Parts: sequence; structure tokens; C-alpha cells
Amino acid sequence: MKILRCLALLGLIATSAAAQPAPDSWGDIKNQLFKDAAIAEDNTFVSINAPSRAEDAALTPVTMTIHMPKGDARRVVKLSLVIDENPVPLAGAFTLGPKADVASIATRVRVNAYTNMRLIAQLSDGSLHMTKAYVKAAGGCSAPATKSLDAANKALGKMKLRVIADARPGRGDFVVMMRHPNNSGLQMDQLTRLYTPARYVDHLAVYQGDDLVFSVEGGISVSEDPNFRFDFARNGAKFLRVEASDIDNAHFHAAWPLDGGS
Amino acid sequence: MLLAATLVIVWSPLAPAATRVDFALQQIAPGVYAHQGAVAEADTINQGDIANLGVVIGARGVAVIDAGGSVEVGRRFLAAIRAVTDKPILYVVNTHEHPDHVFGDAAFLKTGAIFVGHKNLPRALAARGAFYLKRFRAILGDAAISEVRIVAPTLLVSDTTSLDLGDRKLMLKAWPPAHTDCDLTIYDSRTRTLFAGDLLFNDHLPVIDGSIKGWMKILDGLAAVPALRAVPGHGPLAEPWPAALNGERRYFDTLTRDIKAALAAGDDMRRAADAAAATERPKWRLFDAYNARNAADAYAEYEWDP
Repeated sequence: MKILRCLALLGLIATSAAAQPAPDSWGDIKNQLFKDAAIAEDNTFVSINAPSRAEDAALTPVTMTIHMPKGDARRVVKLSLVIDENPVPLAGAFTLGPKADVASIATRVRVNAYTNMRLIAQLSDGSLHMTKAYVKAAGGCSAPATKSLDAANKALGKMKLRVIADARPGRGDFVVMMRHPNNSGLQMDQLTRLYTPARYVDHLAVYQGDDLVFSVEGGISVSEDPNFRFDFARNGAKFLRVEASDIDNAHFHAAWPLDGGS
Repeated sequence: MLLAATLVIVWSPLAPAATRVDFALQQIAPGVYAHQGAVAEADTINQGDIANLGVVIGARGVAVIDAGGSVEVGRRFLAAIRAVTDKPILYVVNTHEHPDHVFGDAAFLKTGAIFVGHKNLPRALAARGAFYLKRFRAILGDAAISEVRIVAPTLLVSDTTSLDLGDRKLMLKAWPPAHTDCDLTIYDSRTRTLFAGDLLFNDHLPVIDGSIKGWMKILDGLAAVPALRAVPGHGPLAEPWPAALNGERRYFDTLTRDIKAALAAGDDMRRAADAAAATERPKWRLFDAYNARNAADAYAEYEWDP
């Protein structure tokens, strides 16, 4: 029994020794994305919610929540989601529609390593506010790559809208889904020593009627079949519309009729 | 190394205390052998010896089924094969692309064996090989990973193929996306033994890295293989067939039911993944390591097509 316990302990030590903390990559990333702008570290306006362990490196859920203090006349105009240790750290830059009162956006990302995940909010006065979460990469066979490439390519561009039933009055809780392998193109082919070509969605915008709800300039950190769940103020529009494009210059459109709403 | 030796003393009372780690190769039918890997995640103690491996010996030579999760495991496996036969190794068949099955391939490079895989295996290795090497460096250490070679299969299976070992033929079948998108099974009709790769998990929670719907769809086709016994990719060997599939069938049904209910209720992925298939928890080892991940993948799949 003692031997077993001792071995278990050694096992634990071996495991934690392998789990090195992420190096500090933020300095360089910050300079690249925000130059010398001041970024306050606080979660007064936004929070980020990600699991402490990325169960699947290809599909890690992350939720960005906006909670402006009552009486504050400013609004969030832009959200930048950064995954420090990914090959391209900026996972998505979200522009929020001025009238959409977006309360949250949830998506799924690839996580390449033990990493900080950051959410930087730009308010309408130009100020920047950052909050972060630390995510441990999964072990085992988990890899940040497309799972069934043939299936992903077959339906490429297909979109779906899912309306969650119990949104608060006047608001919508919607999921916009798109079939796309979102190939990062950065993995070197170990057999040919060539890099596989990238093909990913670089732009996606959601409108209700003519009003922007949000748009996102996306990158390779967004999981295959990009998926965005968002909570927003309905404006009574009869249609929800999505415009998207990928780096192969393919354009995708979809629209769905909406019932009453607001 | 010292730790591994200690483990043998603890776990295997039959092993002489002075011997180096014994690599158990069990004869499960005439000319058919299998090694059971640890039901565990890869670590420095098991050196990646966590997948089951197989050997079929024919008059002409030998087919090896998977090579283990490190070159060291592959070498010990090869030594164990050499202890039972000196016939040439004709084929190394990889059942899919996961590191615990292919990282030992390099130990067989000098045997002259032909490497065999699903037609999608090269693509999967290309897309994931570099990441696996990097990731497993942290898990198994520099020395273990530096000697790993990602080996391209040269004999690809797109539907079915047979490998002639002289007095016996192995039937290889490539399956549509299920555990992964490059699953291959090997059937020895002479002894009616099926090497199911990771399409069959026993005791170890099944891991979904391809498509839960795809996997459920092929269960009947798998069950129709007229085998008497099957060697799973993980867990105790030589399970009666097709009863061996009952556990994973029940798990997939439960996971499907719970995920569909969570989607209907508007639960988000994390909430759904935390709660799904909880009734299965006492029935599997490594449930906590893999269930949430399976559930998240199932959520993404059923969200498209409930």
C-alpha cells in the first residue's frame, strides 16, 4: 500500500513537472495589436469564461460577457479575444453593433498549449480593459485540427440559425453556425515537410434587418464549423442575416425569417 | 526505469525480482498474440505503453498491429515478438493516427516491414504529427520524443484489403469516420479474431475524436464481423464478440440522449458537457479524463443535426 501510494505521488510529481506554466508572450502580442495604448486590467465591464482545462484542444468553449455598470453611458464597441500561445494569438476581433446591446458572445477555439486567454474590451471613450483566464491544454490524443476533413469540406459554407427559446423579453439568444474546416494551414506535413494550405473564415457579420449585431474578423484559432452564440436586443426586424467570407475569397450568405421579437 | 522495475515487482508476483520490465505478450489463439497496454494516460512511468498491440504469425511471416506509444515500447514489443518467432515481419498495420498507437513505428523501420494504414492516415498524420510531437515532449520527455519518427504508410486501405501471410490471410477494413477519420480493423478468419483498434474500448472510456454519429452508425457493421473474440484498442484483451460492443453502445446511447436533452433545454456546451452521461461514471476507467471532451464533441455534432 505504501509503495503504491509512493508511486502515485511520484506520478503526480512527474505530471506537474511536465505542466510548465506558459511563458510570458503577452508583451510582444500587446505591442503588435495595441501598440503603446494603455490597457487597464479590470473586469468591471467584461468577463471571460473558459474552462481551466481545454478538454479538447480543437473545441474549447469560451464565453465573453459584457456587464456595464448601471448609469455608465459608455458602451463596448470592440472585443478582442487573444490566446497568447497560439500560432496566431488574435483569435477574433468582434465589432459590436451600436444598437444591438450585445450582452454576451460565446464561441469555440483551438488551444495549442498551456496559455493565457485574454479579452480586451474597447469602450466608446477609447479606453481599453482586459480580463484573462488561464487554460491548460489537454493531453492524450487531443489535437487542434479538423476532425473529419471530408465531412467538413463537403458541406462547406452551409449555415444554420439556432434560436434558444427562453431569452428575456425583447432580447434574442441565438446561435449562428457555419460549416467550414477553418484549416489553420500552419501544421507542417510530417511526411512531405510541406505546410498544408490554410483556408479559414476571416470575416463574418450578423445583421438584424439592416442593423449590425456584431461582426468578427476571425483567424485560425476559431474551431472548425465556426459557432457564435450571442445575446442581444431585438429590434423588431423580420430577418436575421449573415454575411461571411474566407481567405479563398469565397462568400457565404444566409438569412432567416424572425418572428415578432421586440 | 527504476520506477518501472518497481512496478513490475508490485504488480506481477511471477516476475523474477531482478529482471528488467517484462513485456507481456499473450497468446490468445493459435499464432495470434496480443499485448495489453495500461489503462491510463501516457506518462513517464508507462512510457506511452497504454494501447493494446497485436501480432499474427503466418507461414510466410508476421503482421504487427500497432507499435506502441514510444520507440522504447516499440523496441520492447519487437523483442517480445522475436522471443516467439524469428519469421520476417512483413507488415506493420496502424489502426489509426493516435500517438499511443504509432509513436513506436520507428522501432520497426529496420525490419523492412511494409507500413499499412487507412487511406486517410497520411493526411491525419500530416495534420497532427507536429502537434503530437510537441505535446508529447512535455508528457514523455525529450529523449523519448527525439527518436520518434512519423512513418508514412505505403500500403493504403480505402475499403478492404487482404494481407497474405502464407497459410492465413488477414482482412483489413477501412471504416468511415468514427473513433477517428482513419480507423482500420484487422480480422484473422482462421482463428476468427478481430483486432478492432480503437473502434472497441473495454473498461477504458471510449474516446471520440471523429464522429459519435458515425461511430454509432457502424456498430452494427462491426458486430456483423463473424469473430469469436475481439482485441480492443484499450482494456482487457480477447473479449467475446459481439457482446464486447455492449458497453460502448450503452455509453453512446446515454451520451446522445443527455446531449440532445441539453440542446433542447438551451444549455451551453460547457454546462452540457459537465452533466452528460453521469450515470456512466462508475462503469468506466478514465471517465473524468475523457467524458467532458466526448460530450463537447457530441454537442457540436448534434447541434447541427439533432
